[in-house]
Amino acid sequence: MGQAGSLRRVGNPPSEAPARGLPACPTIQIMTPNQTAPPAVRIDNLCRHFQMGTSVVRAVDGISLEIAAGDFVALLGPSGSGKSSLLNLLAGLDRPTAGSVVIHGKDLARLSRDELAGYRLRTAGMVFQSFNLIPNMSLVENVELPMRFAEVDRAERLALARKALERVGLAPRMAHRPTELSGGEQQRAAIARALINHPKVLLADEPTGNLDSRTGAGIMDLIVECRASLGMTVIMVTHERALAERYARRMLFLTDGKLTGDMETVNGDAR
Amino acid sequence: MKTADLLDLATRNLRQSMLRNSLTTIGISVGVASLVSMMSLGVGLQRMISVRLEKVGFNLLTVMNRATLRMAAGPMAEAPQGNQADERALDEAARAEIERLPGVVEAYPEIRFPGEFAFGELTRRALVAGLPDSVKSTDDFNNVKGSFFSSREAGEALVEKAFAAELLGKNVPPAGRGMLKKAISLDVPALARAIVGKELTLSYSERLAGADPAAGYTVVPRTATVKIVGVLDIDMQSRFARVGVFLPMKFAQGLHVIQFIDPRVTTPVYNQLTVRVKDAGQVQTVEDAVKKMGFGAFSIQDAMRSLRQGFAVFDIFLGVFGSLALAVASIGIVNTLVMAILERRREIGIMKAIGASDSDVKRVFFAEAGAMGLLGGVLGVILGWLIGRVINTGTNIYLTRQGASSVEIWFVSWWLVAGALGFAVVVSLLAGWYPASKASRLDPVEALRYQ
Repeated sequence: MGQAGSLRRVGNPPSEAPARGLPACPTIQIMTPNQTAPPAVRIDNLCRHFQMGTSVVRAVDGISLEIAAGDFVALLGPSGSGKSSLLNLLAGLDRPTAGSVVIHGKDLARLSRDELAGYRLRTAGMVFQSFNLIPNMSLVENVELPMRFAEVDRAERLALARKALERVGLAPRMAHRPTELSGGEQQRAAIARALINHPKVLLADEPTGNLDSRTGAGIMDLIVECRASLGMTVIMVTHERALAERYARRMLFLTDGKLTGDMETVNGDAR
Repeated sequence: MKTADLLDLATRNLRQSMLRNSLTTIGISVGVASLVSMMSLGVGLQRMISVRLEKVGFNLLTVMNRATLRMAAGPMAEAPQGNQADERALDEAARAEIERLPGVVEAYPEIRFPGEFAFGELTRRALVAGLPDSVKSTDDFNNVKGSFFSSREAGEALVEKAFAAELLGKNVPPAGRGMLKKAISLDVPALARAIVGKELTLSYSERLAGADPAAGYTVVPRTATVKIVGVLDIDMQSRFARVGVFLPMKFAQGLHVIQFIDPRVTTPVYNQLTVRVKDAGQVQTVEDAVKKMGFGAFSIQDAMRSLRQGFAVFDIFLGVFGSLALAVASIGIVNTLVMAILERRREIGIMKAIGASDSDVKRVFFAEAGAMGLLGGVLGVILGWLIGRVINTGTNIYLTRQGASSVEIWFVSWWLVAGALGFAVVVSLLAGWYPASKASRLDPVEALRYQ
């Protein structure tokens, strides 16, 4: 399972001021993962191999690990190490070649296509590097879209979408199209969309990859705040170790599809 | 996803590629227009012929001796069933028996013969028909200018307007009789004022039976004088369309005019009987009873049945040809939606990543196909109706110029509209099946990678 707990500092790093316009979450709880409760994520000998012509690419190759409910885990590794492939497996967007991914008691490998869609709708929320907002919809329409699939009434979902956009500081931009917004604003809208159905797990694939460092910090603060207030597990892919050390509680290192490191950060006890 | 949200998403997507989707929709509307115009031609023709047949009378049954019926039907008629001896003569006893059948109001002989009429200095020929009292209430005789017969035996006559004009010395072209007579404008009240009350002398041949009917009969030329009591305007679609002079039934029977059947028989028989049934629904029962009695019988309902069968084949033929354009248009839908999948690949990936199921994605594409089909169907019905109107108008302008009366060749019925709309939607949904399935099976990881 690789090394564990070798990097540990005491105390929190000085937290930067939130980005301008970003409201503080009403109550920020200081969360530590619940180590006694059943794990949010249990991965056992997980493999995802791709056939490329005559050769086999082992994007994820025999990873086993557990992630506690409420934890903030960063997946680190160089390009092509299998971070995004692992995240796609955790998101139920892809199916493993072998092994199992059990998230909150559901073995994703055994779910039908419809059940996987239901899992993505209600259990997992996703945030992407390239925001992935639908360009011909306004922000509020983008945010309420998952609730359409959940068959929530129009009035209710519009109210919830507005509230979510207010929470991420985008109340004045609700009617705007994504192309009329900055990258940071788009990512905040994407976070609002990911959280609209109150997922238990937030999966973020390089959420600050397309943003400058200041805006990226704002986005990370928002994720930390929302994790604290909503009590969800966050799994974030990044190749920036500094970012992981600053915000995550645990870091998992991947190389060539294998787990090569597992350590808690200095945030381990506090966040 | 709820239906309202689905339709909202579909219309939003359709608006995104306005030009392409509009062109596809126009393609469907052309297909539907072709189907509607073809089918409405079939429906219109069928309706035109049905209306003509209905004018003859739906509650009437024509009864003939079987041999006469075979002769009238020609060589195509079915082979005789049973021997000649089984075939009953259609005489007065048979008429009375038929009239006693349940549901029968009356059974009267069809008396028609060509007669020569002298009116003052003029002599004109016309077809003569005997009329029962019961026709008084029918459409053909409720607009008589003058009066109807005073009794069933009265020596009175009703004259058809074109023949009245002839008797008055007016030069009525042959086209003014029968089929095309409506095009000739005749002032019926003026004709009635000029002719009613005057006398008309009819020359005819009487069949005079000898003491022994088996020994044969004599034909004697006779004349009879009748008083003209009215002038009437007979509908060209009526069964009396070619008749020039009408006489009361009893009076006409009393003349014993030789009928075309007489040379073959020794005792007096009727050429044919017209049986009026109380209710059109009883026609078949009465027809069966009459056939059981040993006579040949047919009704307009028989003709309508075979007409409907014939038109069913004709409609299928027109429908298949009309649908060809719609089939081509449906390929346009497939093309449009396949293009849409390529363009919206990433969007489909996003939708799946945030929780859309395969069926959600499939239904969005289905809704788009169905919306194009419905809109194309509505436009197509309007277009098809307009095409029908234009051709109808053109045909009627031509007919009027040729001296004929106008007709409705194209007829768009409500079921044709509903059927065309339904068919357009179903064809569109079938066309959307492949693209919708393709979209729903997209791998979200691949789709999200697509730029």
